[in-house]
Amino acid sequence: MNFQGYRRPEGSVGIRNHTLILPTVICACETASRIAARVKGTVTFTHQHGCAQIGQDMEQTFKTLTGIGCNPNVAATLIIGLGCETIGAEKILKVIEREGKPTEMLNIQDEHGTRRTIEKGAAIAKRMVKRAIKMEREPCNVSELVVGLECGGSDVTSGIAANPALGAASDMIIKEGGTTILSETTELIGAEHVIAKRASTPRVGERIYEIVKRMEQKIKATGADFISGQPTPGNIKGGLTTIEEKSLGCIFKAGTVQVKEVLEYGEKPDERGLVIMDTPGQDVESITGMIAGGAQLIAFTTGQGTPVGSAIAPVIKITGNPRTYRTMRENIDINAGTIIDGKETIEQVGKKIFNEIIRVASGKRTKAESLGYHEFAINRIGPTL
Amino acid sequence: MVLHSRDNVATALIDIEAGTLVRVKVGDQTKQLIVRRAIPFAHKFAIENIEEGQPAYKYGEIIGKAIKPIKVGQHVHTHNLESIRGKASQHQ
Repeated sequence: MNFQGYRRPEGSVGIRNHTLILPTVICACETASRIAARVKGTVTFTHQHGCAQIGQDMEQTFKTLTGIGCNPNVAATLIIGLGCETIGAEKILKVIEREGKPTEMLNIQDEHGTRRTIEKGAAIAKRMVKRAIKMEREPCNVSELVVGLECGGSDVTSGIAANPALGAASDMIIKEGGTTILSETTELIGAEHVIAKRASTPRVGERIYEIVKRMEQKIKATGADFISGQPTPGNIKGGLTTIEEKSLGCIFKAGTVQVKEVLEYGEKPDERGLVIMDTPGQDVESITGMIAGGAQLIAFTTGQGTPVGSAIAPVIKITGNPRTYRTMRENIDINAGTIIDGKETIEQVGKKIFNEIIRVASGKRTKAESLGYHEFAINRIGPTL
Repeated sequence: MVLHSRDNVATALIDIEAGTLVRVKVGDQTKQLIVRRAIPFAHKFAIENIEEGQPAYKYGEIIGKAIKPIKVGQHVHTHNLESIRGKASQHQ
């Protein structure tokens, strides 16, 4: 099966055609935002990182920022740096330009401040947009799709309606040769034995147990009360009692197929099919990691409703709660509450989600895109120096 | 709704009033029980007695253990059920 996408120079396929203004560091975010505000057709995001970071934490931020620029939804990137930060613009440029896409950089210090950086940046961005809009969509196979699976603001309906329906859609994508990413390691706690049984090799199974253990150790090391944070107060109000119950409901998103690979945060899959990425359960950090790993689209189930979106990848919102669909319709793309009402089966809603994924991949705007939601968050694993 | 034949809790798909006689399908069998207190939509109630310290099953898997005895028809939530893994993950 095909959808209409943008083929990139190195062969990957985008479903959006963004010109990205990428700030390397917190100190460059405001300037990047002002450039983006001046040039129609650009996207940007803000973040708090890029300097005073070391070791694996620095590497993870670097990998996320470069991964966002390399994402096939990005047609061209203008990198805005300050000039003295740890994760410099030049280092980021060197990675992104390997994709063969137009990539340029400016450092605020080299440009002697705000005014000239914005003027020069806007001129470069305008040129990039002009070139990008000339590109045309062409038929691309579903096997080129990488879909990030996410759930947030969960309630009991997530585990019995929306997640199983998304799981059915995930199976359909994989049957067509595509890839889906299950993430949120915190929400594997208490369900890892179920998903690990589906590992394609013993090593993949071991890796699943490893990432869950590592997450539990991190939680323990904080010395704080895990139960006070997971399930969240909203989860509990929605009827979820324990992390085990939440996790067991969460993994239905991953359908029924084998797990091919376990990825680190922001890492690109080598395999096609179902893969797991080690991310926290916090929605925005999780989807940012999957987009940095090359996901062109996020399918996001929510029991209680959430407006979250991304500047880079369209986010399709699915609720299993009929009440949430009524009350938050402006934020929700698909109603899986019909399963609870007994009007549709899991399989029927799964097909509906799959069809919507194809439509959105071909250009249909999601509710989060129409409303202009652009959340972005990098998962930190070390101290700020 | 009961999701697995091993389960000892059911999920309410509508708001259920206290004292309501409900029928739940567990595998091939149908069980009748009286819901003791109002169960909000999507919340759980016991379909078997669960002794203190014993596990509650949903999706056929353990979702936690009872911190007090839970009788058939009782609301099962944070007041009488506790996470095992969540507790193990917190600072001792």
